[in-house]
Amino acid sequence: MVVVLRFISMLVVLLVLCGCDNHASNDPYPNQPASGNILYSAFSEQPKNLDPVVSYSANEWALISQIYEPLLEYHYLKRPYQLQALIATQLPQVTYNAKTDISTYLINIKPGIFYQPHPALAVDTATGKYLFHELTLQQALAIRTLKDFKHAGTREVTAADFVYQIKRIADPRLNSPIFGFMANYIVGLADLNKQLATSLELRNIEFAGARVIDNYTFEINIIGKYPQFIYWLAMPFFSPIPWEATKFYNQAGLEEHNITLDWYPIGTGPYYLTENNPDRRMVMLRNPNYHPDYYPSEGEPDDLANGLLDLAGKKLPFIDKIIFSLEKENISYWDKFLQGYYDTSGISSDNFNSAINSGNQGGLELTKPLLDKKIRLEVSNMPSIFYWAFNMLDETVGGYSEQKQKLRKAISLAFDVTEYIAIFTNGRGTIANSPIPPEIFGYQAPDNHETSEQLQLAKTILAEAGYPEGKDPTTGQALQINFDAITSGDPDEKSRLAWTRKQLAKLGIELVIRATDYNRFMEKTSAGNAQMFAWGWNADYPDPENFLFMFYGPNGKAKFGGENAANYANSKFDELFVKIKTMQNSPQRLALIQQMLAILNKDTPWIWGYHPQSFVLYNTWHSKTKPSGVANNTLKYAKLDPDLRAKLRILWNKPLLWPLVILAGLLILIIAPAIIGYKRSENTIGKRTK
Amino acid sequence: MWYYIARRILYAIPILLGVNILTFVLFFVVNTPDEIASIHLGSKHVTKQQIADWKQAHGYALPLFYNAEKSSITQTIFWQKSIKLFLFDFGVADNGRDISQAITERYAPSLAIAIPALVFGLLINIIVAMGMAFFRGTYLDAWGVVLCVILMSISMLFYIVGGQFLVARILKWVPVSGYADGMIGIKFIILPVMVSVIGGIGSGARWYRSFFLEEINKDYVRTARAKGLSEASILFKHVLRNALIPILTGVVVLLPLLFMGSLLTESFFAIPGLGSYTIDAIRSQDFAIVRAMVFLGSILYILGLLLTDITYIMADPRIELN
Amino acid sequence: MIILWTDALILLLLFILIWMLVQAARRPYLRQQWQKTYAHPTRKLALIILLCYASIGLLDSIHYKQHNSNNVVSVLDYLLTPIANSVETSYSAQFAQHLFTKQLRKDQDGNISWFAPKLKSPDHVFGTDKVGIDVLYASIKSIRTGLIIGLLTTFISLPFAIFFGAIAGYYRGWVDDLIQYLYTTLSSVPGVLLIAAAILTVDAVVQRHQAIFELMAQRTDMRLLILCSVLGLTSWTSLCRILRGETLKLREQEFVLASKVLGTNNLQIIYKHIVPNLFNIILISIVLDFSGLVLAEAVLSYVGVGVDPAMFSWGNMINSARLEMGREPVIWWSLTGAFVLMFTLVLAANIFADGVRDAFDPKVV
Repeated sequence: MVVVLRFISMLVVLLVLCGCDNHASNDPYPNQPASGNILYSAFSEQPKNLDPVVSYSANEWALISQIYEPLLEYHYLKRPYQLQALIATQLPQVTYNAKTDISTYLINIKPGIFYQPHPALAVDTATGKYLFHELTLQQALAIRTLKDFKHAGTREVTAADFVYQIKRIADPRLNSPIFGFMANYIVGLADLNKQLATSLELRNIEFAGARVIDNYTFEINIIGKYPQFIYWLAMPFFSPIPWEATKFYNQAGLEEHNITLDWYPIGTGPYYLTENNPDRRMVMLRNPNYHPDYYPSEGEPDDLANGLLDLAGKKLPFIDKIIFSLEKENISYWDKFLQGYYDTSGISSDNFNSAINSGNQGGLELTKPLLDKKIRLEVSNMPSIFYWAFNMLDETVGGYSEQKQKLRKAISLAFDVTEYIAIFTNGRGTIANSPIPPEIFGYQAPDNHETSEQLQLAKTILAEAGYPEGKDPTTGQALQINFDAITSGDPDEKSRLAWTRKQLAKLGIELVIRATDYNRFMEKTSAGNAQMFAWGWNADYPDPENFLFMFYGPNGKAKFGGENAANYANSKFDELFVKIKTMQNSPQRLALIQQMLAILNKDTPWIWGYHPQSFVLYNTWHSKTKPSGVANNTLKYAKLDPDLRAKLRILWNKPLLWPLVILAGLLILIIAPAIIGYKRSENTIGKRTK
Repeated sequence: MWYYIARRILYAIPILLGVNILTFVLFFVVNTPDEIASIHLGSKHVTKQQIADWKQAHGYALPLFYNAEKSSITQTIFWQKSIKLFLFDFGVADNGRDISQAITERYAPSLAIAIPALVFGLLINIIVAMGMAFFRGTYLDAWGVVLCVILMSISMLFYIVGGQFLVARILKWVPVSGYADGMIGIKFIILPVMVSVIGGIGSGARWYRSFFLEEINKDYVRTARAKGLSEASILFKHVLRNALIPILTGVVVLLPLLFMGSLLTESFFAIPGLGSYTIDAIRSQDFAIVRAMVFLGSILYILGLLLTDITYIMADPRIELN
Repeated sequence: MIILWTDALILLLLFILIWMLVQAARRPYLRQQWQKTYAHPTRKLALIILLCYASIGLLDSIHYKQHNSNNVVSVLDYLLTPIANSVETSYSAQFAQHLFTKQLRKDQDGNISWFAPKLKSPDHVFGTDKVGIDVLYASIKSIRTGLIIGLLTTFISLPFAIFFGAIAGYYRGWVDDLIQYLYTTLSSVPGVLLIAAAILTVDAVVQRHQAIFELMAQRTDMRLLILCSVLGLTSWTSLCRILRGETLKLREQEFVLASKVLGTNNLQIIYKHIVPNLFNIILISIVLDFSGLVLAEAVLSYVGVGVDPAMFSWGNMINSARLEMGREPVIWWSLTGAFVLMFTLVLAANIFADGVRDAFDPKVV
């Protein structure tokens, strides 16, 4: 009994102690100062590879875009999206040589740009030799994290570093995901790849695709004309990498503890990665060697009114430290955001209705609990599209005859995409009627039709197509179409599939769901065996070519292994595509694009679906930001008010302790009579027990 | 005794080999090396050459069991990847990270949850079971059994989701999820441990109660009672000690498996332990990690069986080795 | 009428059950033992609940093609037509009049506004889920899935456990060693991992032979059957171990020696003498494992190797509910619906199992 009491009191003391510092009792960051200038955010997918030549997924770019700086960046405030120089002094000058069919991009870089402090660049001041380029195996195995190196150095970025990085794209050991694509454009890239299969020294190989001219100038040579190439120069693939880094990281023994370039980046950006623990958190610190960079002083007309120019002209970055924590469960993420432990939150479909309701004017407003906490909402259009596709090579749903066109048109009219957006994304999307998303050249706003009208029209067209009331004339039964889906374990999946079936059931057509795992699905689409499926595309850059190329005949998935998963091929469309590919934005280009969209609307290879929007909530201590669908390096523009945050956290997180008291009381109430009864029976005169 | 232990360990080797072959066969029937490569390279712009390069780099370009070209067994995927496990060389996961390092980093959080959960769970189960045995026949026992059956009938998922919702969100006692090392990390452990313990009370208390009741009905207890000892001291001095034997031997078999962590609790509470490591590997079909975990789990299980036998022998002098 | 694989197996199970009951009714000692199991009023209640669930499961197992379409429905669907067909657009609370989530609508003038549309039918006892299906209906349909996983798994694992256990215990020698090796290897692989690996494997095989499984119902059914088989094949080890121990004891009994002397061959001895004496343990093990398996299905769905997401099951409902709990106000009715029905079944099964154990276990006084 005494033991139990002592035990309980120990627990109570522990609990109380937990709340004795100025952190709230449920603060998940006990080791950080309560009023630190630190940004807390979360990631749900663990980044696999941070090497800028290999990394190609959104969660990895969210990290490395703050660390690596490519030649160009997007202007933070100007819309439509504009490229401006970052490490380059200006946008590259392009000259086209018709004889050799090569475009040359001449690039000048700014002097005085330094790398973050890194042991690979540490130099012994007396001898001038690199300190850590000759590690013995024993020394290497003793290193557990990069911080174990006691010295770090830096040097200036030169043009040779960029050329070195471009050569790395061809390195067969790195398997860069853009190699195949770039090999069609950068002169000599494919050959370099073959060369590197046998020799390993990158630095001194002659390379026609990229050439150093002097310390701060170099040129890139592209086959033919590819005006969208400059967009690629704004991606981490074209950041500088010092050759010392590769030499350093390739030393035997370092990869035992993950001391590699894909784990510890070395960049010139406003932040550098100091802790890489994808199972728990990633920590970035302000880069002391960051070159002077300032908040833009001009933007769009209403930026001033929205407070987006309050920080104009101030030196970047504002935040000292960024901590990304791993959050796999939606519930945790949302709860912590509401409690003030994350500074921003993306809203997933299931949280949406708690945050937003509609005001009387019909605008989107936040619910009272969030308004009370002074939380802000930012909405932005993403350059993406979610669609349902028909396999044009299929017997039943494919083909270009008028009948088949009508069949597909009827089905696409029956899909109530507004309802889909409402249920599965809670309004975070706009209806699409072409593959090009809003804010991208060539976008066409959809006209609004009544759902019931559309359905009637669909039924009529379906009858004209030869399937009256959805019945297949050859079998007399309802027409059956196979829908290929991926089993993702996503709890929403069943509802989504049920909804899709409902849409076709409206026409009397039966949709047969064939769900397989990811591999099998890719097999099916690559072999051209799918009939109908859902897919999406996230643009690489904000140009309509990056959307229309998915309908270009020679990009067909089944025959050529390209991105045209519907295997659509129309010669007139292909002709027009080749024309607009190399055009600059102009009324002529718009006219041609509209022609192409008209062709697509007739054939209906896709049901257009919707363009996702991103809704991000911000806590009141976070400065105003402008969301961007293409730029990832915007953390440097964010500013926090840490004191306000510390105050509000304590205010919002007062623990409720009364249930403990009630529980203790209940326990006593239950046990007391039993103990009394026992004492009584012990003290009675002995009786016969059975 | 040592001879017995040595024999048991020797016997474990063919079992481990069998486990290895089983998992190997299972996994390579599911995913050919080509498919493993395409999962890890991602979905945008992947060419056949890149797949071949990836396979070469990760050691999947070899034949499965027998290399006819070089007439050897060692130049095969099976030898390179599975046999090396016996040397505790877990190798590299399919995403490039070193598995042994990951295991050494992650076993501590798993233990940080599993050991307190075990100890507190044991304590509470014994207390509750003793309470029920003590007050047997009264309303406390009857209601206790009913409560235990009810608690047993609720899925662990409900406990976790409900506990997180109630304690972290509404009552705000502890953080919703997360982990930190050291003493300060106690507040992250409280909720997962509480949930594990409450989830285990139902079946544990009932089971232990049957042990206590078995002991209480024995003759020596009746003698003690006749001699005039109070019920309480009989329970604590005699019954407890004897009932502890089956209880502890049942617990010992679980000890090595503590390392593996509870898959569910670690996932929901974002504890970076071995359990969440395993679940992530299953979901992303990382064969290297799964086979390493399976191997580890098997070793620990066999160790557990061995420990159980030894504890049993040490605790109960009537048992003989055969 | 369509007979799915699991339907056929349920029918088989039903026949076996009826045969067992008939056997029990004929022998007075068995009858007595069974009567003891439901002597207590609580146990009677548990038995009645179990019978209710069983009949729902049976009704749900008689499938036929709906008139004029390829939809496969069951007799239960027919009986529950009113709530089966009252499908809303999305979430709604219990007995609510309006949709829970607001939706954007555009009216004629192009103004966007949020409003909660009226529901088609205001009497959803547990509300509706994300795509508007009545939660009570979904939970009732999940009964069959839960029952199948509990029963079929044990009945698949039984033949293996009995065969291997009896043979290992009876013949001893190298047969015993081999079988011990087999089950130690199997049981040393952590449960979830083995199940996950096995299911992924079989899935791959099924994908490659798509043509055999035409109807969607047949496909989801096959997945359920595969899950049960895998669970069964991986869980026979514990029962086998117990049966082997019992057989070792039994074979030394006098009646076995007498049989041998009379010249009965070994297999007949096992069949006629050993196995019938193992029935007690087998029965207890079946009923004890049943509830554990129903609970395990939910966990497996979370890991991602449970039943097909298109099938109604409590595991899938709980999995979806995980996200719903993160909202404010909380959507709790889907989780509650699944919880109430699953809890009732498992509780009833546990109480009944206690009764069976008390009646049949020779060690309990």
